[in-house]
Amino acid sequence: MKKILGFAAAIALSLAIVPASAADKLKVGFIYVGPVGDHGWSYQHDQGRKAIEEKFGDQIETTYVEKVAEGPDAERAIERLARKGSKLIFTTSFGFMEPTLKVAKRFPDVKFEHATGYKRSDNVSTYSSRFYEGRYIIGQIAAKQSKSGVAGYIGSFPIPEVVRGINAFMLGAQSVNPDFKLKVVWVNSWFDPGKEADAAKVLIGQGADIITQHTDSTAPLQIAQEQGVHGFGQASNMYAFAEKAQLTAIIDDWASYYVNRTQAVLDGTWKSEDTWGGLNEKMVVMADYTNLPDDVKKMAEETEAKITSGDLHPFQGPITKQDGSVAVKEGETVAVGDLLGMNWYVQGVDDQLPQ
Amino acid sequence: MDATQAVILTIITASTPLLLAAIGELVTERSGVLNLGVEGMMVMGAVCGFAAAYTTGNPYIGILAGVLGGVALSFFFAILTQTLATNQVATGLALTLLGLGLSGLIGESFVGLPGVKLQQLSIPFLSTIPFIGPILFGQDILVYTSIALIFGTTYVLFKTRIGLIIRSVGDNHNSAHALGYNVIAVRYACIMFGGACSGLSGAYLSLAYTPQWIENMTAGRGWVALALVVFSTWLPKRLAIGAYLFGAVWIMGLYVQALGFGIPSQFLSSLPYVVTIIALVIISGNKTLTRVNTPACIGQTFVPDR
Amino acid sequence: MKLVLEKRSEHSEFMTLMSPLLAIALTVLTGAIIFAVQGLNPFEALYVYFIEPLTSMWSLEEVFVKAAPLILIGAGLSVCYMANVWNIGAEGQLTMGAIVGSIVPIVFTSWQSPLALVAMITLGALGGALYAAIPAFLKNRFNANEILTSLMMVYIAQLFLDWVVRGPWKDPKGFNFPQSIAFEGWQLLPTLGDGRVHIGIILAVIVVAILTVLMSRTLKGFEILVIGNSPRAGRFAGFSRKKVVWFCLLLSGGLAGIAGIGEVAGPSGQLQPTISPGYGFTAIIVAFLGRLNPIGVLFAGVMLAITYIGGEAAQIDLGVSDKTAQVFQGILLFFILACDTLILYRIKMLGSTKQQSVAAE
Repeated sequence: MKKILGFAAAIALSLAIVPASAADKLKVGFIYVGPVGDHGWSYQHDQGRKAIEEKFGDQIETTYVEKVAEGPDAERAIERLARKGSKLIFTTSFGFMEPTLKVAKRFPDVKFEHATGYKRSDNVSTYSSRFYEGRYIIGQIAAKQSKSGVAGYIGSFPIPEVVRGINAFMLGAQSVNPDFKLKVVWVNSWFDPGKEADAAKVLIGQGADIITQHTDSTAPLQIAQEQGVHGFGQASNMYAFAEKAQLTAIIDDWASYYVNRTQAVLDGTWKSEDTWGGLNEKMVVMADYTNLPDDVKKMAEETEAKITSGDLHPFQGPITKQDGSVAVKEGETVAVGDLLGMNWYVQGVDDQLPQ
Repeated sequence: MDATQAVILTIITASTPLLLAAIGELVTERSGVLNLGVEGMMVMGAVCGFAAAYTTGNPYIGILAGVLGGVALSFFFAILTQTLATNQVATGLALTLLGLGLSGLIGESFVGLPGVKLQQLSIPFLSTIPFIGPILFGQDILVYTSIALIFGTTYVLFKTRIGLIIRSVGDNHNSAHALGYNVIAVRYACIMFGGACSGLSGAYLSLAYTPQWIENMTAGRGWVALALVVFSTWLPKRLAIGAYLFGAVWIMGLYVQALGFGIPSQFLSSLPYVVTIIALVIISGNKTLTRVNTPACIGQTFVPDR
Repeated sequence: MKLVLEKRSEHSEFMTLMSPLLAIALTVLTGAIIFAVQGLNPFEALYVYFIEPLTSMWSLEEVFVKAAPLILIGAGLSVCYMANVWNIGAEGQLTMGAIVGSIVPIVFTSWQSPLALVAMITLGALGGALYAAIPAFLKNRFNANEILTSLMMVYIAQLFLDWVVRGPWKDPKGFNFPQSIAFEGWQLLPTLGDGRVHIGIILAVIVVAILTVLMSRTLKGFEILVIGNSPRAGRFAGFSRKKVVWFCLLLSGGLAGIAGIGEVAGPSGQLQPTISPGYGFTAIIVAFLGRLNPIGVLFAGVMLAITYIGGEAAQIDLGVSDKTAQVFQGILLFFILACDTLILYRIKMLGSTKQQSVAAE
């Protein structure tokens, strides 16, 4: 019943928003690629939207369109928001890059914010998170906690962001146990609980006792719990789904960024720029370390502090590529361009990257 | 738990929803009705099952609700195709579209909630037998149900009078009508049995496979179930073989990946579909296998003359 | 009291025209009830859904952008379904058309001439047709059910596209993100005016005209109708069911392929992992709403496009979930099918059913 009331309230709320198109309110629009209820990527962006609503109250109003397919439909959805008077629009998936730029050209007085892309213009900013910083930490935890010395990694698609995560995880793990092994399964989807669950079972069956994922559903963690192994939450805190299995979670936290950018538009100081924030900027947040012995917890907290302060960079040399060639020498870190387009594995990953 | 055992358990979980949905469709098709709405009925079963289990905290009530959800949708289909004599193919497609949309609407407030997991019913002593114990005697009630349904439908279809009536309605509705059987009523019942099984299969997805509700969580399994019915040449026991084979191919695709051979994952992911097509071709091309068992009136509309 | 069907001695012409309208009216009524249950003003909601898209030039243009692929695919499918050939894999044929057509801009990037565009569209049609040839071959040679094979091939095509844009055809300057290079110049469909409407809609109208003539004026059209209505009669008339299966699948596959390359070289402008929001499946509704008649498909395509655009507007203006639009489409198809019954049958009320039930016992 509470659910139904909540639903009715949500509708009443959105109704209340529409007629109140007071001229001086800043309208902020959001385009999501998934349903807001995915409990992963789009859900976290929507949390960011709610945060600015809470922070700015009457000064702004927000609208969102969910489940916008990456492709020709995206352009219309973005344009519609612009036409309905949104002056700041967040397009929250990589595939919205070209449509965002096209619409931005037609609406020069509207500010656009595109997540995870690399093309900017005068009124298009880009922003993304250094999720890999969190991956390094969970890699260390995995190597400490694993008895078999093998972890399973459920990947969505072999794009640089995911590959970067795999490498950071592996580097973290190797800093604890140089012989650590990693098995990778690609499920070709960001969100397919059935397949993610099957992948988790297969990986556990092949000896992995730590499951980590770069897909958005809670299914792998639930399987981990069922089979008595451990795993990590992805994008949001998934503790409620697997209280015995989750060791920590890498949480995408867009709230502070969205608040800053909205403030900038309100103040008239908005500029097109590229933001790539991590633990330090609080765009990546680690969930509570749970189900861990004290010494491992302490190690994780120390690593987190070092990455936050900049004392430790996950991609610090020396790093050897899978084929044995040197990626970076001692004392250097992987260049930003190479990080952005990463398409190689570090040594020790038991998978071949599709080229 | 050793690796082989783990793989077998995973295959059983992956195959059970296919088996449940396909066995219902098999009976429906035996009565001469082609219901392409399996996917829609399944997804309705999934959402109703999840919603009821979440609200009451009892997965068995969830199973019941899943069955009812599937039956409700199949009843729609029966009214249209039997009473209003609409085209079965088109109506089935409409059923799928409606089921996917409606389930999304119903399930909107249940997305992202931790579900109620259907527990294993381990049979005392037997389930502790090494290796085969957990496989044969440590499953949940729906796995046992799926096995029971295979033997049950085989018995009913081929050993009882009811089965004889169903088959004669499916093979020649005109002569069945002439003999005094109520063709429409028999078909109504078989369609709704199919709906119940699809609903059961959906409930398995949202209560046992991955205890949560997600839109479109059936992900094409209903269509695979339809293909399995053709593969089985309308025989329940062959259906079981087909379902477990398909489940095995599906899991092996992931298994091979985890071994790290570097085959593009897209090719491995498409393997089950390729195998399904090949299986269809082999079975359909073999006239001796199909001719005997194919319900001759499948997909044809029957309007009784008065 | 009981309702029974009684076969009409001939098709009701009146009902042939009325049934889609009746179905739409019933859908609108059901929609109003759904909105009212959700606590919305049904009149306002219906206005947003069905009327508002027509009130501004911009959204009207978007209706045509959306309608073009739906009409192209729907027209081909209507011929198929007329012949009782159940191609439901148009989505896969669309995908293959897009991939094969993209050979020109991706491999021969520097070829800039109107001929390049012609080559793209031809290759798109070829890609779709060849992909549809597989279920046709399997049907004719092995008697494999085309519903299932064509559908399974949708999944395969989408995974293949996924592999192509992440592997061999990814933009070398794109930081390994899954997308091809952006098409340029003559490798894009010319637009009408400065908006997004491209010549796809003109192609769609031409196709409708050709198919209308084909179905009503040619022997091939007659052959398709006869085979569809009664394969036995067709055989006596010397028509080959196999040839009709080939023809229908190649035709509908080719048209879906054109729709695919039209999306890629039109609104998208590049190859991406997702190129269609399910046009191949929605076109099935379009074909039925259009009464399996190419001209009817023209109107049905526009109608469905309006509900899409209206559905998006409703999300923003009313906060209605996008699932509502999907439910609408399902209900619409149901009502169309139910109303079609009235063309062939007359519904009669019986006062007493005793006699009949005795007979049925």
